[in-house]
Amino acid sequence: MTILHTVNKSPFEDSSLESCLRCSKAGSTILLIEDGIYGATEGTIISDKVKAAMADRTVCALQPDVEARGMKDKIIEGIKLVDYAGFVDLATENDTVESWL
Amino acid sequence: MKFGILINEGPYQHQASDTAYNFVKAALDKGHEIFRIFFYHDGVNNGTRFTVPPQDDRNIQVRWSELAEKHGLDLVICIAAAQRRGIMDEDEAKRQGIDGNNIAPGFRISGLGQLIEAGIQADRLVVFGD
Repeated sequence: MTILHTVNKSPFEDSSLESCLRCSKAGSTILLIEDGIYGATEGTIISDKVKAAMADRTVCALQPDVEARGMKDKIIEGIKLVDYAGFVDLATENDTVESWL
Repeated sequence: MKFGILINEGPYQHQASDTAYNFVKAALDKGHEIFRIFFYHDGVNNGTRFTVPPQDDRNIQVRWSELAEKHGLDLVICIAAAQRRGIMDEDEAKRQGIDGNNIAPGFRISGLGQLIEAGIQADRLVVFGD
């Protein structure tokens, strides 16, 4: 069974991304949305953990939220940017959706 | 595919209501079915027709009502959460002895059973909140 995990909080204000990285299994997908996209940025205190997770999980970020925050050029290489239609596709491709609120 | 949507955050709070709206629109555009949108906790505040945001801002409540009308969506507000926050329809106002109602077009007030049913009937339940 594959799970789509969504994280909507910045890793600098909430531990939800860390919890998600710790609990999610290989083969699952993590989608960073809203302020959660700050977890997709390069050179932060958490970026190494995100990169480590990318070895066996897919990490994506919601493009409109990335662009709204001016972070498009700072995203970790290998993180896939998706739009809302892509968000819907991820929700259908995975067996269930877990929102880390 | 059939989607159930749970919204736990009020409008203009952070971004959950906006993200949910854009997700629902994208899902409908792709031909998916939205079985129900359930508004819980502060999410019930999406369903008052008395919101008057500035003219240059989006009207989150009107946006939901219009989308519901266009696509025949079932927008359900949790009754206990609504009572705590002063969201009333005509029947509830009468029952509680309140002198008016404020529920927005397209929304209805019901119980948590509607959320459970959405969880059972939908292929995916997607939660948006704080």
